Amino acid sequence: MRLLTHNMLSCNIKGVTNGFPLRLEVEKFVEKEVDFSAEFLRNIFPKIEWKALVDAARSMGYAELPDEADSSMLDSDDFLKKFHHALLELHLEEGALICPETGRRFPVNKGIPNMLLHEDEV
Amino acid sequence: MKLKQLEGLLGDLQQFSNPKVELEQYPTRPHIASRMLYMAENSFGDISGKVVADFGCGCGTLGIAGALLGAEYVVGVDIDSQSLELASLNAEDLELDIDLVLWDIRNSKWRGQIVDTVVMNPPFGTRKKGADIDFLSTALKVASQAVYSLHKTTTRDHVKKTALRDLNARSAEVLCELRFDVPQLYKFHKKKEVDIAVDLWRFVP
Repeated sequence: MRLLTHNMLSCNIKGVTNGFPLRLEVEKFVEKEVDFSAEFLRNIFPKIEWKALVDAARSMGYAELPDEADSSMLDSDDFLKKFHHALLELHLEEGALICPETGRRFPVNKGIPNMLLHEDEV
Repeated sequence: MKLKQLEGLLGDLQQFSNPKVELEQYPTRPHIASRMLYMAENSFGDISGKVVADFGCGCGTLGIAGALLGAEYVVGVDIDSQSLELASLNAEDLELDIDLVLWDIRNSKWRGQIVDTVVMNPPFGTRKKGADIDFLSTALKVASQAVYSLHKTTTRDHVKKTALRDLNARSAEVLCELRFDVPQLYKFHKKKEVDIAVDLWRFVP
């Protein structure tokens, strides 16, 4: 699972009002290079919840992203490269996603988060 | 990439070896999958450079087709972990990076509209009534640009009405009618193979 996916997932346990962002518990992560597209990054930037991305990247040991970002930074190649790396090249392989409200742990195995709810959580 | 080439690559993907009837797991044949994604890309520009989600992805056919046609990011979601393992192997064989999530579409919760395009071959709702519309409902909330989906032709009026009236789709259009060949997968199938007519839809959220 990459951090763009993380930026979309929300905990949906019955009664939970604030299930985003899920906290990362990292046992193993990998980095895989993908082609760089400045246009894609510029388009997706306004849709990204920045703080969630920064915190998730930091939990995988990548601390290069600034705490805050605005669209003027999209002119900087240096910024775009860091954004690209955090969003698309870091993969959580083993670990878990933790609901910020209930602490419920959604395990991640072989890169696949298990977001299935138990019967009493639906 | 040419249509024939895409269909050929999809033909090499591994399919379910033990399909689960309660999930209405029928593989999306390469013939249909390739045409669906090819049209989405070449007629509407909804695939290349986009974020594409494959709902009920099974062994990943539609999502992989999207990645082959240049989607920037693909995420496949399915309720069945064995299917996702196959999807993961299939993507790996073609050296594609696809994110996979084990999730029940019907009670999944997505933040924002990061996904541009949803592609799906939902359960037709034959075994579990309304499953197709549940998928469509979620897809129309998640996608910002378009939803491509297959539904039985016999449900055409119902799908159209529901999409426009209840799910607030801006448009709902049948792009073409296809023959979906369902091989004899399950014991309750009496005939060796049946063809059912399905519509390829494009919805605008």
